[in-house]
Amino acid sequence: MNNPIIKLRGLSKHYKNKIAVDNLSLEINKGEVFGLLGPNGAGKTTTILMLLGLSEPTSGQALVCGHDSTRNSIGIKKKVGYLPDNLGFYGNMTAVENLSFVGRLNGFSEKEAQEKALDLLEKVGLKNNAHQKVTTFSRGMKQRLGLADVLIKDPEVIILDEPTLGIDPSGVKDFLALIKKLNKQQNLTVLLSSHHLQHVQQICDRVGIFVGGKLLAQGDIPSLSKQLFNKNGFVTLLRVQDNEEDTTKLKYDIKSLLGLQEVIMKGNEIEVISTHEQTVELVRHLVGRGYGLIGVEQKTYGLDEIYLEYFKYEKNQDVSNEKSNKVSKNSFFKRKYT
Amino acid sequence: MKNLIKSLKIHFSKENILNKTQSPMHTLLRKEISEQIRSWRFVILLTLIVLTFIASMYSSLSNIKSAFISSENNNESFFYLKLLTLTDDSIPPFHIFLSFLAPILGISLGFDAINSENNNGSLIRLMAQPLYRDNIIVAKFLAPLLIVAILFLSLTFLIIGYAMYISGIPIEWQEIIRILSFNLMTVLYVGFWLSIAILLSIRFKQPATSALTAIGIWLFFTIFFQVVVNIAIKAFIPNPNYLSSDKIAYYNELILNILRISPNQLYVDASTTLLMPTVRSLGPVSMEQMIGALPSTISVRNSLMLVWPQLSGLVAFTLLMFAISYYLFMRQEIRS
Repeated sequence: MNNPIIKLRGLSKHYKNKIAVDNLSLEINKGEVFGLLGPNGAGKTTTILMLLGLSEPTSGQALVCGHDSTRNSIGIKKKVGYLPDNLGFYGNMTAVENLSFVGRLNGFSEKEAQEKALDLLEKVGLKNNAHQKVTTFSRGMKQRLGLADVLIKDPEVIILDEPTLGIDPSGVKDFLALIKKLNKQQNLTVLLSSHHLQHVQQICDRVGIFVGGKLLAQGDIPSLSKQLFNKNGFVTLLRVQDNEEDTTKLKYDIKSLLGLQEVIMKGNEIEVISTHEQTVELVRHLVGRGYGLIGVEQKTYGLDEIYLEYFKYEKNQDVSNEKSNKVSKNSFFKRKYT
Repeated sequence: MKNLIKSLKIHFSKENILNKTQSPMHTLLRKEISEQIRSWRFVILLTLIVLTFIASMYSSLSNIKSAFISSENNNESFFYLKLLTLTDDSIPPFHIFLSFLAPILGISLGFDAINSENNNGSLIRLMAQPLYRDNIIVAKFLAPLLIVAILFLSLTFLIIGYAMYISGIPIEWQEIIRILSFNLMTVLYVGFWLSIAILLSIRFKQPATSALTAIGIWLFFTIFFQVVVNIAIKAFIPNPNYLSSDKIAYYNELILNILRISPNQLYVDASTTLLMPTVRSLGPVSMEQMIGALPSTISVRNSLMLVWPQLSGLVAFTLLMFAISYYLFMRQEIRS
């Protein structure tokens, strides 16, 4: 399993006044679906461009399919399909013409390219629109055409930049299912960048959280949430019957159970945070005292929470960065005028 | 011979072409050309050029009979060159027309070469394919030039063929060479404006900005440049009444050379010399030089020698512009 097809070592990209990607090291294995998660402007697209050799890293190295991205980007582009977030086709060519053009650029003969294009269009469900001009396509159709476009070169790796942006929910579901299917059938490695957490959660084997040019954490989703939230303890959500007069008593009663850290009450919903797992005891305890419980739920963390947690961290950092900038500016001016 | 024909037939058969893999450059060129030809813009330009051509040919065809009969030298009448340059003063001849139209042709074929593809996101898709980056820009430059070359060659050959059909006058080798070099010159001139337009299309993100800037440059060179030069020179030059004739000639030469910074002037100089064998000098000629000269035409070789500086000037301008755009494009970071 440990067979990295994408290897990044200390990859950095500096712009004039901004560090877009900061010392990024990452390995992605063959046949894996990896999700690169981060807010807008986190440097996801820059990283992808550097992987493909479309942008030169300031320092560090990216190895994709055994090729160095700065030295042999043509070798990489032969094996890697890239679906940009804002993809465009030649509007006055038909879908087949667009695909076969890319096919021919990848070294297929006209006949092969044509056959492959039709085959792929069937696969992504655009068979009936094959000879239609692309300007008439909807966003979702274009996205599927984009997937076909990526697949026509028989890639080993596909990189999808915000693939679910602007497609309707059912379209997203189909699209993700299609990607998962391709990953299973052809053992494709998929690198997916997104800020849409649910989508990534659905199909990714592993995710990396990418904020401010840095990879803050990586791993599968359960282990990530463990890493993050275990320090906060276990959270149980309880819902009780409406009996508002008893709230203070209720709170007191809950607190009488040992090992609880915090009890937060919102109407008839109670959030209980404890140091260790004790949901069963809690329920038994409350029922024993005659409270009418309607719902009990153990809170698990999705990407939403993980993401928000990291985002908070980033915001704090931003503030401190700004402060340090101000300080340096001041000292700069002082030097200038004295 | 039969075998040769057979192998050629196999080589160019549809089956073989469909099965052959093409180089990325070939594929790109094919796409560029087909995209240009199918666009409305090209249809409009084509109509414009063809209409101008027909108008100037009509005026020259209706006057050519009298001009041909009255020509003193029956040995070298240059019927077909006259056809291309003759005019009854109601409209300018075709090559003067072209000095205005060729820039428009170049600009409109190139002003959105890079930025519109960048804006609609197809450029990044192209860059993600296994091809070298310079293939893209070279294709962007060569495709319109190929179209323009075919357009002008077919236009001139069509009118020559037609004239040959109605008049029966044989064409001379000299004329063929002159007309071909005139076409080459025109394509080169279009290429110059094309390279400026492509440069602007790389520099500016909006196609409208690059189109306007290109048109601005064109207007400057066709209209304002002469005005500006005249005004500036008047301020510097002493009163001609107090100057010797040598000095006047010197100043005239100077003005002409400054005017030749404008590619417009270079093209007009070159095409006039190529199409009119009677033009023997592009600068002022003194009386001493004229004495003893026979009022005859000059050979192709001499005409070509005469326009060689103009030709190399245009080539240099074009290459410079293309080199800058090449550099900018290779350095540019492309992202959607």
